[in-house]
Amino acid sequence: MFNFVLRRIAVAIPTLLILVSVSFFLMFSAPGGPFTSERPIPAAVMENINAKYNLDKPVYQQLSIYIWNIVTEFDFGPSFRYQDRDVLDLIQSGFPVTLTYGFWAFVFAVGIGVSLGVIAALKHNTAADYTAVSVAIVGQVLPNFVMAPILVLIFVLWLGWLPGGGWQGGQIEYIILPAIALGTSFLASIARITRSSMLEVLNSNYIRTARAKGLPFRYIIWRHALKPAMLPVVSYLGPAFVGMITGSVIIDSYFTTGGIGVHFINGALNRDYAVIMGVTILLGTLTITFNMLVDIIYAWIDPKIRY
Amino acid sequence: MLTHKKTNVEKLAENLGNEPIAGRSLWRDAMHRFSRNKAAMAGLVVLGLIVLFAAIGPFVAAWHYSDIDWSLMGNAASAGQPSIANGHYFGIDDLGRDLFARTVQGSQISLLVGTIGALIAVVIGTLYGATAGYFGGRVDSIMMRTVDILMSIPYMFFLILLLVMFGRSILLIFIGIGAISWLEMARIVRGQTLSIKNKEYIEAAIASGVRPFKIVLRHVVPNLLGVVIVYATLLVPQMILTESFISFLGLGVQEPQTSWGALINDGAGTMRYGTLWQLMFPLGFFIATLLSFFFVGDGLRDALDPKDR
Repeated sequence: MFNFVLRRIAVAIPTLLILVSVSFFLMFSAPGGPFTSERPIPAAVMENINAKYNLDKPVYQQLSIYIWNIVTEFDFGPSFRYQDRDVLDLIQSGFPVTLTYGFWAFVFAVGIGVSLGVIAALKHNTAADYTAVSVAIVGQVLPNFVMAPILVLIFVLWLGWLPGGGWQGGQIEYIILPAIALGTSFLASIARITRSSMLEVLNSNYIRTARAKGLPFRYIIWRHALKPAMLPVVSYLGPAFVGMITGSVIIDSYFTTGGIGVHFINGALNRDYAVIMGVTILLGTLTITFNMLVDIIYAWIDPKIRY
Repeated sequence: MLTHKKTNVEKLAENLGNEPIAGRSLWRDAMHRFSRNKAAMAGLVVLGLIVLFAAIGPFVAAWHYSDIDWSLMGNAASAGQPSIANGHYFGIDDLGRDLFARTVQGSQISLLVGTIGALIAVVIGTLYGATAGYFGGRVDSIMMRTVDILMSIPYMFFLILLLVMFGRSILLIFIGIGAISWLEMARIVRGQTLSIKNKEYIEAAIASGVRPFKIVLRHVVPNLLGVVIVYATLLVPQMILTESFISFLGLGVQEPQTSWGALINDGAGTMRYGTLWQLMFPLGFFIATLLSFFFVGDGLRDALDPKDR
């Protein structure tokens, strides 16, 4: 197990390096620089500025300085657009917001998705099963950018129950809609995966043995069926997490929650390269770390995996 | 009773002699199974209608998708509803442009991105996966580790990064979406190839001295077709989703061109003013297409999956 974890970390680190380098070279190859402007700056001044920001050094040195600053002091450099803010400020203000509703979206998707899938499998071919399956199918064609306007239409414009945007320090009514909009399509997928794997497990031989022994049904489900049935769900959590991180961009820009996605979008629209890179690297790191965690958890639950 | 049966049997015997027995290929079988699947057939019909809509829509529309109806501009909420009389079958959008023509245009772009993106993914993914699976060993492990690494990178951000750095263009979206979505395909194809490469006909090909790459192209790839078709059908809606995602953020297609994602974004932005049709028409097309693709994909999987045979 320990070796497996080490090996998994050994794969994650080069992945991170590739992520950082590729985005760095993309930025480097983009036309124009941070100090290019319509009025030409005197050559001497330009030289001084370049020296101050290490822009006169060769590319690989710039890259290593960039990585070094990120690793040692989380310094992603200054924003190209906002004069008095650097990328770290933007991340610090936006990240907690995204994490908060992201966490609730995750809880919503996993909690309801798994219960729905298990119920559907236990009541196979009944009305409950068909309802769960329909919910799963409908949820799959309602990605966050479709779900968000529909939710706002129903709960904000027609019913007037919830605010249509804003954050207000994370009060509960401001979290509900973003979390549901972000989580729905994953809820659907999780329900579908849980249902099919639970059905497969319930039809397997060892469950039949357990029932033949006369174990109570409830005990069989909790003790024998649930854990193996969760394996495909756990391996789906990696992609689901990536999807949610990506989806947070939509949620932030639609619900004006002030999360990190807004900075990404504004960065993209303003060509604020430092911000886009910083956010890409941060979210990429999160993704890679989470994928690694999922792999480790998977290896831990699945006795068939040898490491 | 007995005599009656006898005549039946005799008839059968006669018929057997007369009619040649038509063999049923695997594909015929699959088609038969598919055509019995009601949801999949319904999906196919809806998809056909949507493609038809995108194809002949421009000839039906009374307006061009970029023209502004100056007589209605500015009062979309009061006078811009869908109406047959003034030629705006789906109403007008916020700027006074004909929503029917724009929905047609959006459908064209979305469907194109979906199919071309899926096509690129299929070609790259199949060749890559088949090569890795067929050659095995170190080649395989290097190729698949690369896929693993690429898969754990949040590609959507990279696509947006690309679009920002090199300017937005529909071509870049095509290439970008196709080029990042072949990874899953490569994995699936590799898995299938591993089981195909031990078949007798591959052995026969090796024994008769066919060169490795030719074996991959001639003997492995055609036998992957079933899996590839199923996943390609499931890839198309994914591509449409990705494009819509980017366009919803305003980073995709550029005005006056549009796509479902951009239209949904516009509609969602103006629904507070009572112009709900601006959201509902593109949303309807989007959801109908995605649902149909999922049903068709499911139907194809059931029809082509060898496990059920």
